[in-house]
Amino acid sequence: MSWVDIGALEDIPLRGARKVKTRVGCLAVFRTDEDTVFATSNVCPHKQGPLNEGIVHGTRVTCPLHNWVFDLETGEALGADEGRIATYAVRVRDGRILIEDAVLNRAAA
Amino acid sequence: MKNLVVIGAGMAAGRLIEHVSDAGGWDITLFNAEPRGTYNRIMLSPVLSGDKTYAEIVTHDDAFYEQHGVTCRFGERVAGIDRAAKTVTGTDGVPLPYDKLVIATGSDPFMIPLPGHDLEGVIAYRDLEDTQRMMSLGAGHKAVVIGGGLLGLEAAAGMHARGVDVTVVHLMGHLMERQLDEAAGYLLRKELVGRGIKVLCSSNSSEILGADGKVRALLLENGTELPCDLLVMAVGIRPATSLAKNAGLACGRGIHVDDQMITSDEDVLAIGECIEHDGQIFGLVAPLYDQAKVAAATLTGAEAVFVNRETATKLKVTGCDLFSAGDFAEGEDREDIVFRDPARGVYKRLVLQNNRVIGAVMYGDTADGSWFHGLIKDATDISDMRETLIFGPAFQGGSALDPMAAVAALPADAEICGCNGICKGQIVTSIEGGAHDLDAVRAETKASGSCGTCTGLVEQLLAVTLGDDFQMPTAKPVCGCTELTHEDVRRLIKSQELKSQAAVWQELGWSTPNGCHTCRPAVNFYLLADWPVEYQDDPQSRFVNERKHANIQKDGTFSVVPRMWGGITNASELRAIADAADKYNVPTVKVTGGQRIDLLGVRGEDLPAMWADLGRAGLVSGHAYAKGLRTVKTCVGTDHCRFGTQDSTGMGIRLEKALWGSWTPHKVKLGVSGCPRNCAEATCKDVGVVCVDSGYEVGVGGAAGMDLKQIEPLIKVATEAEAMDYIIAFVQLYRENAKYLDRAYKWIAKVGLDWVRETLANEVERTRLLDAFALSQSIYQIDPWAELAGEEEAAKFAPLADLTLEAAE
Repeated sequence: MSWVDIGALEDIPLRGARKVKTRVGCLAVFRTDEDTVFATSNVCPHKQGPLNEGIVHGTRVTCPLHNWVFDLETGEALGADEGRIATYAVRVRDGRILIEDAVLNRAAA
Repeated sequence: MKNLVVIGAGMAAGRLIEHVSDAGGWDITLFNAEPRGTYNRIMLSPVLSGDKTYAEIVTHDDAFYEQHGVTCRFGERVAGIDRAAKTVTGTDGVPLPYDKLVIATGSDPFMIPLPGHDLEGVIAYRDLEDTQRMMSLGAGHKAVVIGGGLLGLEAAAGMHARGVDVTVVHLMGHLMERQLDEAAGYLLRKELVGRGIKVLCSSNSSEILGADGKVRALLLENGTELPCDLLVMAVGIRPATSLAKNAGLACGRGIHVDDQMITSDEDVLAIGECIEHDGQIFGLVAPLYDQAKVAAATLTGAEAVFVNRETATKLKVTGCDLFSAGDFAEGEDREDIVFRDPARGVYKRLVLQNNRVIGAVMYGDTADGSWFHGLIKDATDISDMRETLIFGPAFQGGSALDPMAAVAALPADAEICGCNGICKGQIVTSIEGGAHDLDAVRAETKASGSCGTCTGLVEQLLAVTLGDDFQMPTAKPVCGCTELTHEDVRRLIKSQELKSQAAVWQELGWSTPNGCHTCRPAVNFYLLADWPVEYQDDPQSRFVNERKHANIQKDGTFSVVPRMWGGITNASELRAIADAADKYNVPTVKVTGGQRIDLLGVRGEDLPAMWADLGRAGLVSGHAYAKGLRTVKTCVGTDHCRFGTQDSTGMGIRLEKALWGSWTPHKVKLGVSGCPRNCAEATCKDVGVVCVDSGYEVGVGGAAGMDLKQIEPLIKVATEAEAMDYIIAFVQLYRENAKYLDRAYKWIAKVGLDWVRETLANEVERTRLLDAFALSQSIYQIDPWAELAGEEEAAKFAPLADLTLEAAE
């Protein structure tokens, strides 16, 4: 797997997220309280809420529109809600965030 | 006999010489830049604090070197290595031949190149000279330590034990961030502060100030000056590689070695803090000893392979009990088990992956540390003991108990409330004596009245003692992260003086590492309302609207509402709004019920530029998105109206100018009507003023939302100034006491309007409320739009990256 640099870890606030535009749609890249980074689809399957604007707690995010909660590791909706967001491989090297280049290679949606 | 030259007499070299001389066959020459042989550098901190003497920490004395035939060249720096000739040259300039050479030059302390770092009195914490320097400072003097890591804290605690007034300045948000998570860092800080050591986290140094060539003070970036007689930098170490580099050996961060500790030259080995093995550099002693053993084996022709092992950390500060081992970052497939006992100051956290413990952090009770360290090293499968794992080895093999049965089975002298030392027997006696609910037991025995975490136990005792006569209270906890109610949390934040989120999570026994979307915004509000000076507002604990300072719409766009003071505007403001609507293609412009203009459908990335444009026309945020002061709706009053009795417009503007920017439990809307015809609809606002000929009728607790409520009269006063005082004091009382997301009318229904009236009628209390509000406003009454429109902040509103244009490979 090769990797694409999308920015510095410091560019995402602790317990926060930023949006990344790609050919497969907008992604949300999260930074947890423990400096772990996750990347998922930015779109909540419920009413298309922007997940990068949600509150990040532990390794979860809450959608800002109607409080659906997603596990960032699996992408699964938690609690009574049913749904899933796509997750993408992401890693941090020397303070830079790298994302799997599949987000480049797939045909434009 | 072959010649072995060793450069450096640190702890790794000391151990190597033991192994090599045991094997025999070598003539050993030992160079050391320090004028002494090997001592236990780790124990410098106990020497500093006076718990040990230097003589006690010497590991290799003159007798040892003599007995093992080691030629000592101490206090002598090696000038160079000639690898072609296989010689080393010391200060005497005479080349000394070697068959094998071992470089063990250790590490150099990293000195931050701040202006003034070369002043007299600025030192590192590395060797005996540094230690003696700190020991000689003397009681009553001041010292500053830059660096809140292991070494910095040991230096600080050691000097403090000798009566020095010590301040620790740490760049990161919590102490020892490499070894500890935030919760354990919080407890450590609490312990040190409790002893009298000042600790400043998230603090950046900007300059070291001097007088007559000697250090005088440290200046922080925020302008604070910390006077000091000695400044210790303990911010980290770097492998000392210059000698190896000059000799042409391969180096990265450290001297490159293979698994046999051989450098890029097969006759040169390297061990200790100066090396880099498989990308790793080393700072703790256990791997150094392993390296010494492997190097000795290599020299004697035996097979040996260096493998980096898990290493645990302990802080050597008397009374600070903490332990950290392995990897405790959160991550994919990782799970946490957290245990907190606030009354005892205990925190334990295990990080699991694939049913194995991979990390452990504990504070306050580290007795099981070595057992957990063993589980980490051995990668033991813990699935069978997971339920009781956190309680340590003593609790393995038991079965889960019914909590009621467990409470019933407790002996009468079992302690229930650790804070107040209340046993089960005392509580049961109190219940049998007539205390039939939690409040009564709390009032009589004080049990569960302090930290509140034993509340559940006390309730179970009520249930066990009273049987069916006791109804478990239905008070709802804040969320799944805690069993406490909002009211409990507010009370405890005040009474225990909890001033940070980490303090709340720890002291109130939160079950999650940092809350959830329900409790974190509430706790963030409670902290900023109760401790406006001490607590730093956390945008990441706010809902999107308050973080973006705009209202999110169903399609992810935002709405922008500039403030119009009392509903009054003018042509130039309207022109600026119209220009912004054009420039940013605003699809909908709407007049709101709060007498201002809403620009709907603005893209998130356009917000800062739009705010900057509006700001140039003098417009500020209307906080239409905030749990805070929204609008003050007015009628035109005596300015134009033939019925107006008072200057309702002017009063509305003055109220809005006084209250804007304040955060409240829920939104706050005001109305001021100039006469009882009530054109400003003031009687359905959180606070409504109806002007009459004789003065001002102030009412509170109105609403026109999910519930329709008319205001209830609070007071009638003769002057506008009195009315303003009562209104501001009312808002502050609401801020200090209400549950997050309770509108004023809901809160009043809980506490009673009579209590609100009585509290505000008390002049001393009213003045206190006004002062508290003024203090909060001195910090929070800022236009967030202006703050966020600057270049640096504005960049954060744009996507982190745009990969749609990147070429596919």
